[in-house]
Amino acid sequence: MKYSAVQRLTVLVSVLLAGSAGLVWAADAQMEGAPPQTDYVTMLLVFMLATFIGLGVIQRVSRLLHTPLMSLTNAISAIAVVGSIVLTGDKHPPYITLLGGIALFASMTNIVSGFLITDRMLKMFKRPESKS
Amino acid sequence: MRYTIIQLIYAAGVALFIFALYWMNHPKTARRGVIAGVVAMALAIFGTLLNPGIVNWHWIAIAVALGFAVGIPLSKVPLTAVPQRTALSHAFGGLAAGLVGAAEYYLWLREGPQAFTAFRTFALIAEIILGFLTFTGSLMAAGKLQEVKWIPQRPVTYKFQNQSNLILFAIAVLCGILVVIDPVKYTMLFPVIIGLSLLFGVLLIIPIGGADMPTVIALLNSYAGLSAVAMGFVLNNKLLVTAGALDGSSGLILAIIMCKAMNRSFANVLFGAFGQVQKSAAGGEAKAVKSETAEGAAQIMEQASRVVVVPGYGMAVAQAQHRVREFYDQLTKRGIDVRFAIHPVAGRMPGHMNVLLAEAEIPYDKLVEMDDINPEMSQTDVVLVIGANDVVNPAARHDKSSPIFGMPIIDADKAHTCFAIKRSMNPGFAGIDNELYTADHTYMIFGDAKAVVGEIVKSLAANGGGGH
Repeated sequence: MKYSAVQRLTVLVSVLLAGSAGLVWAADAQMEGAPPQTDYVTMLLVFMLATFIGLGVIQRVSRLLHTPLMSLTNAISAIAVVGSIVLTGDKHPPYITLLGGIALFASMTNIVSGFLITDRMLKMFKRPESKS
Repeated sequence: MRYTIIQLIYAAGVALFIFALYWMNHPKTARRGVIAGVVAMALAIFGTLLNPGIVNWHWIAIAVALGFAVGIPLSKVPLTAVPQRTALSHAFGGLAAGLVGAAEYYLWLREGPQAFTAFRTFALIAEIILGFLTFTGSLMAAGKLQEVKWIPQRPVTYKFQNQSNLILFAIAVLCGILVVIDPVKYTMLFPVIIGLSLLFGVLLIIPIGGADMPTVIALLNSYAGLSAVAMGFVLNNKLLVTAGALDGSSGLILAIIMCKAMNRSFANVLFGAFGQVQKSAAGGEAKAVKSETAEGAAQIMEQASRVVVVPGYGMAVAQAQHRVREFYDQLTKRGIDVRFAIHPVAGRMPGHMNVLLAEAEIPYDKLVEMDDINPEMSQTDVVLVIGANDVVNPAARHDKSSPIFGMPIIDADKAHTCFAIKRSMNPGFAGIDNELYTADHTYMIFGDAKAVVGEIVKSLAANGGGGH
């Protein structure tokens, strides 16, 4: 597996960017002491950058692996679990808890089955046989 | 302080999600990608559970346990059922987004009008529409793929279909705009939006035929991601926005690749209602097909030095991949070069054929993409087409009247000899005749793909297969 210098650098830079972005949000939070109000310009910026990173990374995915890629992104998009947990966990009227609970169940199903089946499929991709 | 820690954990999760997708660029590193994904998800869940507001631990535990109970069996489906599973999983994703959106709306109503800023409400409406249309649309797609009886497999079309769908969608958007303008006054419109989105999802998938499923599944994948992004905007959560955007862009790229592989546009796939059986316009010149027995085919293949297999959905339906592996072994033993030509849209989802052949333990360096194998087709002795149809139809290259004209195909007709395994002479999903079958050097082997390949293997084995 040879990654070019550019590839390594791209990943390193994106990770550093993501990490520092995290630190910045964290610092913001400390100043205000409470979760900040929706700063939609920042949110749109995050969306834009994440989409660019996504487009760049996905374009390099081997065509062999498009099916596992799809099940992996299934699992990743179940990140909706974050919203579902908050909704289910907080003190709310029962019907809200119920809606949250169903959403949590759906997300958890996706996470569990998505990761498991992706791994199951990837295990099947055998290396080229060494004998001629 | 706690908020800071949560945000830092989320940031680590974001980085790991990016790595997870990055490592998918090669089969060697791909499993590492899954581990990164699992760790990222664990971090996200852990970070969220640190929220001080969480009290209903038992409800969370029940929902998580149920998720495991359903998720584990869902991950054990046979690989031929992976397209259905994927569609079902998009449906779950859409449902989760839709329900969270709906719950948030009613929570905000309780909090009073100050909870609604225009941006948040707009994002919430987007989440609702995307979430619920993905839910029913994906359920329909899963039903079609599973061949559920009461869901028509063939595209269903009627007059003014696209116009009426568009009007329906426009009404949903209009209601959405009204809710954004005054969320409290137009509360009654909120369930209407949900209902219209659910209906729209169904109507969107009804006219889609099997051959277009790879594109549509990829597109639904993208929608599921975008609904997570919208949820991120609603909840002011950057982890949701990032992960959703990664998913959305992934689905988008896959959909674009699929469209290119069919030489069609998004609009054409979604609104084109491809795949109705055409009344054969040029019915007069019905050319005869030549058929061959499995034994005869085996004898010719033994003499070959280069064999290319073109698998299609028929191989998946017949579950023939393990027989194909035996076939591969028999020929490889004789020193014959066997490779597999994979068309991007072969099967019912992106990469479908690769996974099936990998399951049969065929080394992945033998699975060759269309563009790489086409230049070598004229030096290929024998092509064996297993349950593929439109992706090898030469009409795509020259027949301007053909619905698949312009679609890149695998040049199976350029090989010296071509065998095509097919159950009958029924047209494929695109509903058109295949010129390949009537070509001079093509021989049809009629029968179930699994049985036919099995017979070929049997005659190969009987003929010795000594190794020289």
